[in-house]
Amino acid sequence: MTSRARWAGVLRTPVGAAAAVLLGGVMLLAVLAPLLWGGRADEVDTAHILAPASAEHWAGTDNLGRDIFFRVLVATRTSVQLALLATALGVAVGLLLGTLPLLLGPRLGRLVTAAVNIAVAFPGLLLALSFAVIFGAGASGAVPAIGLAIAPAFARLTQTLAATVAGRDFVAAARIAGVGRVRVLLRHVLPNIAEPLLVNATMAAGGSLLAFAGLSFLGLGVQAPDFDWGRLLGEGLNGIYLNPAAALVPGVAVVLAGLAFNLVGEAAAKAVGPRTATATVRNRATDSAPPTPTPPAAAPVWLQQTGQQAAQADALLVVEDLKVSFGTVTPVRGVGFTLRRGEAVGIVGESGSGKSLTALAVAQLIEQPGRVEARRLEFGGDDLLRTPPRARRRLLGTSLAMVFQDPMTSFNPVQRVGRQLAEVAEQHLGHRRGPALARAVDRLRAVRIPGAARRARQFPHEFSGGMRQRAMIGMGLMGEPELIIADEPTTALDVTVQRQVLALLADVRAADDVAVLLISHDLGVVEQVCDRVLVMYAGRIVEDLPVERLRDGARHPYTRALLGAVPDLSTDRDQPLVVIPGRPADPAAPPPGCAFAPRCPLADDHCARVDPALIEDGSGGRVACWHADRPEPALYAATEGEGR
Amino acid sequence: MVRADRVDRVALCGRTKTGCRAGGQDLITEPDDVTEAMPVTSTTTSAPGFASVLGNPWARFAARRLGRLLVSVWVLVTGAFLMIHLIPGDPVRAALGNTAPVELVEARREALGLNDPLWQQYADYLRHLVGGDFGTSMLSGMPVSQVIGDRLPATAELAVLAFALAVLVSIPLGLAMAVLTRGGRRRPVELAFTSGSVLLAVVPEFLVAVGLVYVFSVELGWAPVAMRQGAASYVLPVLALAVGPASILARIVRVETLAVLQAEYIRTARAKRLPDRRVYLRHALPNALTATITVGGLLLGGMVAGTVLAENVFAWPGLGSTIVGSILAKDYPVVQGVVLVYGLGVLLVNLVVDVALALLDPRSTIRES
Repeated sequence: MTSRARWAGVLRTPVGAAAAVLLGGVMLLAVLAPLLWGGRADEVDTAHILAPASAEHWAGTDNLGRDIFFRVLVATRTSVQLALLATALGVAVGLLLGTLPLLLGPRLGRLVTAAVNIAVAFPGLLLALSFAVIFGAGASGAVPAIGLAIAPAFARLTQTLAATVAGRDFVAAARIAGVGRVRVLLRHVLPNIAEPLLVNATMAAGGSLLAFAGLSFLGLGVQAPDFDWGRLLGEGLNGIYLNPAAALVPGVAVVLAGLAFNLVGEAAAKAVGPRTATATVRNRATDSAPPTPTPPAAAPVWLQQTGQQAAQADALLVVEDLKVSFGTVTPVRGVGFTLRRGEAVGIVGESGSGKSLTALAVAQLIEQPGRVEARRLEFGGDDLLRTPPRARRRLLGTSLAMVFQDPMTSFNPVQRVGRQLAEVAEQHLGHRRGPALARAVDRLRAVRIPGAARRARQFPHEFSGGMRQRAMIGMGLMGEPELIIADEPTTALDVTVQRQVLALLADVRAADDVAVLLISHDLGVVEQVCDRVLVMYAGRIVEDLPVERLRDGARHPYTRALLGAVPDLSTDRDQPLVVIPGRPADPAAPPPGCAFAPRCPLADDHCARVDPALIEDGSGGRVACWHADRPEPALYAATEGEGR
Repeated sequence: MVRADRVDRVALCGRTKTGCRAGGQDLITEPDDVTEAMPVTSTTTSAPGFASVLGNPWARFAARRLGRLLVSVWVLVTGAFLMIHLIPGDPVRAALGNTAPVELVEARREALGLNDPLWQQYADYLRHLVGGDFGTSMLSGMPVSQVIGDRLPATAELAVLAFALAVLVSIPLGLAMAVLTRGGRRRPVELAFTSGSVLLAVVPEFLVAVGLVYVFSVELGWAPVAMRQGAASYVLPVLALAVGPASILARIVRVETLAVLQAEYIRTARAKRLPDRRVYLRHALPNALTATITVGGLLLGGMVAGTVLAENVFAWPGLGSTIVGSILAKDYPVVQGVVLVYGLGVLLVNLVVDVALALLDPRSTIRES
């Protein structure tokens, strides 16, 4: 989107359009009012001194009998003009101060930065008052006073923005290429920060309009016989009991004009700045619905995926026809599987296949506007769809542990690690503070954290990444977990630490017969930990097979393609890496047939039209493919592309 | 770099949320390398090890913060000193008027020490300040310290009350709004809150004051229109001063809480199946507050200066009316003294804000070391 298009986009939002109209009106008034009503505003009428508001004088008259309403209209020009002058001065000085560090180099630049930092700590009004002392009361003194008062804040903003841009690669490249500092500033830095600066200058104009009104109100700004809104307001306030309109009308004028500048600035900031993802996911229909899963009406039979060993007595987790939707998009489209006690199952798939959402849905952690539906969702024999919230909280709090991908961000940064673990025992086991903390230390020890007692008193940022992930597992062990759901637990860790964490998971599993649901995009990790693998594609399970069969017994073309894309020691390094051609299906518009068909070398018309069901093969596996087991024609002969 | 990150984040956050997030992210990951080497390898016994780990960053923080305060005070004092010398022409002549006899002006210049070399005036000024001597009013002949002593309590009361009100209203309000409107719930509430708070934030305190006077004093007659007499007279000035900052702060609290609610550690807290109340108050609020204080801290300092306008509306017998009268009357020693007091007040508030931040967010104490 070009910048012009974005600025035009500002006008299309209701707030932006209203603000622009308001600002246009103020500007028009500033130009026209003195021409049209200049005479009436200065017309002295000693017969009607200090008259209250009437049909003749809408806002009454002042101590010389002049009509206050017209004086307010005419004062628009002075008020806006002076505010814009002060803003221009402030922005100019601010830009100069803000870009000076770039021009002067690091040493002198640091001095300027420090000076600006100190100046910015003082409120603008205090600076303006101080400068007003130097420049004297009156409009010619107030303009530089306000201008210089807003300069530090603007300088600070310019510095920050310029510093972020100056750190980028293209600026560094320009520097290395020998481009001079001034040129780097003008050509590379300023154009990239112009938009936010412009937005802030607009808001600064609103600010200086209000500040100017303030100074004039105090008697330090515009002096008689000239007048602006602030001065009129100050005069009107003295007689507020006799004629409130004399104070209120100029006040309203100041607010409207200030609002016009600020709202235009805010609307522009919204249009110029990046949008948040949450703003685009809207769903009015589910707004008031609780995020608890509800059994769907009747799903078409071919959409349902049934739990394979549903009848088994040792089933810990039974999922049938699980769906997760965000508005009209359904990233998880009917997933079903069963987890036995102590079993480790991996879910693999590309990013966007719905594997993480499946895990979060099972853990009941999908937040609005997300919506979870399932025909069956049972954990440890309890129906999660029908358990009352309180009981469900207790059940999941003690028996289900979660390990998330990024240990850096999964701990509360301002709470000590021990507290964060102890909280679980306090909440669900009824422990008091002391015993809860003792258990936390014990659990940290159990996950092999050296110096557990000391570590428990530390904050998360004092832990290394691997240690945090182990502490996270320790947090899960505060209760008596029967299932650990680990969502990409090792992706953010380096290889050696990854091995430790996986070994720990395996130990925990072996020690207490805990089931593990491991979400990963790394087939190697899954092979190392799991008994069984669920392969997901476009929100469905496409294959379910024992891990021993993964390497040579995979039946779905997608599973085989995934395996083919994993480089190993025998991979010919002179050849480009193998990739799966095409793009993953768009979750907003899933195809009617098999989602993998567009990328599948075996696909035919039937595949594109009819979605294959996940069928049990009688030997502990399931596959959803019309052409399962058929060998691919010269499967994925090394495709050019940037492999992963 | 002199403690730039707080202001950095202010500037960035004022503009876009993502900039602020990205900045915060960097800060979170950064200390890992630093600390990984430090405490992990320490093999000291548990108790003194704990003390040294905790003690070091705090001592460093105190030293750094104190250094910055001293530099700021020095800049403030020097600025106040230079203020008079930057006035074009002769300040004494300007103060006494064109008709004043030359001898009087000369005598006054001599008394104020304005005929001494600049460095000596500066040295005298500093020496007097240390001794609590702020100079003498050119008009009334009263010591400036006495003027300040008479007027400061009224201003301080106003500022402290407004400060407390703004904080006490904005935090629960912002948190409640964030919880109510998270994830796109209750759009009408969100719209009402954001537009209402934008409007209140734009209206400057002196206009709020005028509006309040009109409604509550003129129309309803509930509150006295001006002066400081009895508890009722505090209501309108404090309200006028607190409304704007409170609404801005509430907005910041809401935005920061919404951002925090997206954080992964909140998902962790939910995964622990804590009750909602605990998730919001124990896990979300402290984190949202640190971000709020970083962004909104300067706002509270601004309230100190905001008293000037509010006092002038309500004829409040504080420093605010004094400074305006003195500027108009060109009574420069008084102006100098009052500016110093205001400046010190702002620095004090900023110090309190930084200490609060350090207490709330353990990372902030080591961030820059």
